[in-house]
Amino acid sequence: MNKTVLYTVLLIVAAIAPFLFPAYGTQLATLWLMIIVALTWDLTGGQMGYNSLGNIFFYGTGMYVAAIVTISLVYNVADYTDAAGGGTFKFTWAQYFAGMALGSLAAGLFCAVCAVIIGFITFGLRGPYFAIGTLGVAIAAGELVSNWDWVGGGQGIALPVYPGDLDQGKIVFYFLFAGLGIGIFLFLKWLYGTRFGLAMNAIRDDEDKAEGMGLHTLRYKLTAWAMAAFFVGIAGAISAFQLIHFEPLETAYQTINLGIFMVVCVLLGGKGTLWGPVVGAIVFHVFKEVTWNYFLGWQWVALGALIVITVVYFQEGLMGWLMRMRPEWFGLTVDESGKVEAAE
Amino acid sequence: MSNIIEVTGVSKNFGGVVANHDISLKVKKGAITGLIGPNGSGKTTLFNSIVGFHPIDEGSITFEGQEISKLQVQQIARLGLLRTFQQTRIYGKMNCVENMLISIPHRRAEFMDMFASHSKADREKALSLLEFVGLYEKRKLLGGDLSFGQQKLLEFAMALMNEPSVLMLDEPTAGINPTLINGLIDRLKKANEQFDITLFVIEHNMRVIMNLADQIYCLAHGELLAEGTPEEIQNDSRVIDAYLGAH
Ligand SMILES: Nc1ncnc2c1ncn2[C@@H]1O[C@H](COP(=O)(O)OP(=O)(O)O)[C@@H](O)[C@H]1O
Ligand SMILES: [Mg+2]
Repeated sequence: MNKTVLYTVLLIVAAIAPFLFPAYGTQLATLWLMIIVALTWDLTGGQMGYNSLGNIFFYGTGMYVAAIVTISLVYNVADYTDAAGGGTFKFTWAQYFAGMALGSLAAGLFCAVCAVIIGFITFGLRGPYFAIGTLGVAIAAGELVSNWDWVGGGQGIALPVYPGDLDQGKIVFYFLFAGLGIGIFLFLKWLYGTRFGLAMNAIRDDEDKAEGMGLHTLRYKLTAWAMAAFFVGIAGAISAFQLIHFEPLETAYQTINLGIFMVVCVLLGGKGTLWGPVVGAIVFHVFKEVTWNYFLGWQWVALGALIVITVVYFQEGLMGWLMRMRPEWFGLTVDESGKVEAAE
Repeated sequence: MSNIIEVTGVSKNFGGVVANHDISLKVKKGAITGLIGPNGSGKTTLFNSIVGFHPIDEGSITFEGQEISKLQVQQIARLGLLRTFQQTRIYGKMNCVENMLISIPHRRAEFMDMFASHSKADREKALSLLEFVGLYEKRKLLGGDLSFGQQKLLEFAMALMNEPSVLMLDEPTAGINPTLINGLIDRLKKANEQFDITLFVIEHNMRVIMNLADQIYCLAHGELLAEGTPEEIQNDSRVIDAYLGAH
């Protein structure tokens, strides 16, 4: 089986990468974060046609929930943030990892509940109105949190440092992100093969028709977004521990960085495909790291150009292009009239 | 035979346009009922009112004795009252089999049913219905790659997959290759007799509707003009005038 070989090789590469390139441990962990936010963005954006610009809300909220849970397991949150993470607050190994585990779980669940509540309002909107509505939620959340002193206001929060060797810590964070990313990938691979996958595609292709056929469209939309929010919330939680210090506008609710990048990754890789977001995230991240390192000063221009070229000239994305050029790789055949057929 | 749909005194305006005025009609359970009338006479508007696509201004609509005029589209569909669109609507980026599989009835769908895998029975039913409408060979094509007529057939098959008790078809033969129309009439009759589906059909083609329907209603200028058997309608001078006047 070609596919089994391919998957095995990829898994091995993922497992040894941080040991092969120890200097790039953090970049590689960030690559997995990009894959995670791209895969989860595509869940609603690509598969269901609901382009959220607000998924970054779940990332930031996940960070804060994880931090609050971790701190409040041991200390009073207000005292802790008043001292701005000053040295009197110590965490043992057990407290650190208990905080991380419980905090991540709480972050995921809290974000999923938020998605259901926000979705109840915003899913009445379609097309660009949904995108702008969700963006508004993320921007408002950033502003609200930066005025909320209990969680450190605009200063943000500093979490305890990894309680062990810092190089080992980098590898731990790499595998946390990688494990989450692989878990999400396998989950989505399964999900897209169930009724859920078809229902999302039906909503994307013609939501009025889907309603007319009796589909529980709102139920599917809320559940899909809640699942995306759950995973992004956990990713935010892990990021909070990895970054140690984060603040609301530039890190947590970073609408113009990660909030936009996740969309670009998906568009670049190919909307509505399982591999598109993964491929897009890898290409985008490499492009971004290279421009940041070698074209400093021009990096935003290069990035902007990449976005414009993708959106204007390359809407099918890398996977869409590959499917058109090499349909046989995907079990598709093309009949004489140029129409694509799927394999049985 | 009992009435499965009863429309009583329904009116619908769009701004100043009176699309339907005080319309009352009945669809008999198990029968094929026709709805005819010149272009713009309000046929599609009446269909939209019945399936809850838009709120009505006045009147009452019942399905199996239950008032449905305040229900939402999805709720009405789940009761077993389904419609096809005059403009034809299918899922363009999904292949024919996928279009069929997601069209299963959602009447009793529980939360966990969202994550069900496609059962063998559903697959077989999807394929046999595609065969029934003559699209089996095209089953792997994307819905959007089919011709307009083929999309109409796919939409019809999707509706059958949903196992409705009443199927409302908005101009099912429009855009279909004339040589295939007789076959389509046969299939509509089969759906009615063998699958036990009550049909309510808007049709512009007089020959088709005379061939198909047990009872026919005729609209003109948003009002009910005449009703009767195909013979009665064919010989009704008001109907003839309405159609001639429309040209
Ligand atoms: N959504 C709408 N908004 C405004 N006017 C409409 C709308 N739908 C239908 N109409 C008007 O209502 C009248 C009846 O249209 P319709 O029901 O589509 O007729 P038919 O199906 O018999 O050809 C027409 O004058 C049409 O322009
Ligand atoms: Mg019409």
